[in-house]
Amino acid sequence: MDIDNLVVQFKKKDEKAFEKLYDMYKDSMHGVIYNIVRDNDIAEEIMQDVFIKAWHKADSYDVKKGRFFTWLINIARNAAIDKTRSKSFKNSGKNLNSDFFVDIIQSHDSLDDSTDAIGIKKFVDKLAKKCIEVIELLYFKGFTQKEASEELDMPIGTIKTRNRNCIKELREAVL
Amino acid sequence: MNINDYINSGILELYVAGQLSEKESSEVYDLMLKHPEVLKEVLEIEAAIVKLTASVSPKKDIAFNTIKGRLNNNTDSKVISLNRPKTQWLNYSGWAAAVVLAGGLIWTINQKSHLENQIQTVNTEKDFLEIQMETSKTDLAETKNLLNIIRDKSIINIPLEGQAAAPGAFANVYWDKKDDTVYLDLQGLPEPPKGKVYQVWSLTLNPLTPTSLGTIDDFIQDDNKIFKLKNANQSQAFGITLEPAGGSLSPTLEQLYTLGALASL
Repeated sequence: MDIDNLVVQFKKKDEKAFEKLYDMYKDSMHGVIYNIVRDNDIAEEIMQDVFIKAWHKADSYDVKKGRFFTWLINIARNAAIDKTRSKSFKNSGKNLNSDFFVDIIQSHDSLDDSTDAIGIKKFVDKLAKKCIEVIELLYFKGFTQKEASEELDMPIGTIKTRNRNCIKELREAVL
Repeated sequence: MNINDYINSGILELYVAGQLSEKESSEVYDLMLKHPEVLKEVLEIEAAIVKLTASVSPKKDIAFNTIKGRLNNNTDSKVISLNRPKTQWLNYSGWAAAVVLAGGLIWTINQKSHLENQIQTVNTEKDFLEIQMETSKTDLAETKNLLNIIRDKSIINIPLEGQAAAPGAFANVYWDKKDDTVYLDLQGLPEPPKGKVYQVWSLTLNPLTPTSLGTIDDFIQDDNKIFKLKNANQSQAFGITLEPAGGSLSPTLEQLYTLGALASL
């Protein structure tokens, strides 16, 4: 069954379909959350909460307004950012360094590397800094184009085309 | 629209990132349904992003079972969504009740002050009626008293006829010799002009000697025009003159209004 059918079933509160979607996206969500909170246990906890929230809010997802993945990643980012703003998190003395996601990828040891991981490592190794920045802001941090253009001091149109080229490279590396 | 240009513009990458407006997103959605190449492109972009983001995760396999139990757990947000309308309903009805209560209170207060006003009015009317009743009783008693006096056979009635100063005037004197009292019925006298009063005289004849019995100071105010004066004299006649306020020592005969002598004389 393809993703879109799974999403239709998910909206009908089909647990089997939801489980498939969970398996499809849990690592992705965990990665996005981890990139924000930089703590494995906290990231896991938030990731689970995100899926439970998505299940209960299934009615509010509208297929015409965007991809299920996009909807889910939004929930994940917001939950993670909320966590970093919470008192308990601030008091835990977490050091949120400004490393990009690539630094995290490169820090993983290669023992359990799948083909994907190897491809991504290759990709990020040769990835230009400008690609890293754009992808970090648009996908991991959820910046708008305008915010990204201000952050990177680059015209909005440039963000759009650069992003297109960077994602193209990524697809060549992992798909 | 050239679909390849559309795909190459980078809009689909932004679509997956969630950066498009609602309108743009629904355009992309429609195009995905119409053009399989657009759908394929979106799926590939999405798959690439999913792999990239997943590669950041330290990849500890967390099975679906760990959250499965919480999906239909009523202590989760589901309960909140059920509770919400209830609390909202409670909220609204609470406010509504408060408004109704406040309205009722204001109405009651208004009603109360209105009723208090009514009571005040009724009380005033009651006081007024009581006074009127008292006055009527007094009047009745006085009238009865007068009637008794007139009927009493020991009382001497002396009619006083109008004189040159006031030919149309007349008066009556009722003399109670036991009490040395005279009652004067002055209904037939005109109102005295301002600054003047009637003065009543007791007269003895041969020689003619007038003795003042007093002045009628409240002629105008008195309703029944009956006046009571002391008279211990051996009167043979009575006269009434108009005198300056305060009365005179001797009668002004030009202003003699009425005069009458005892019948027995």
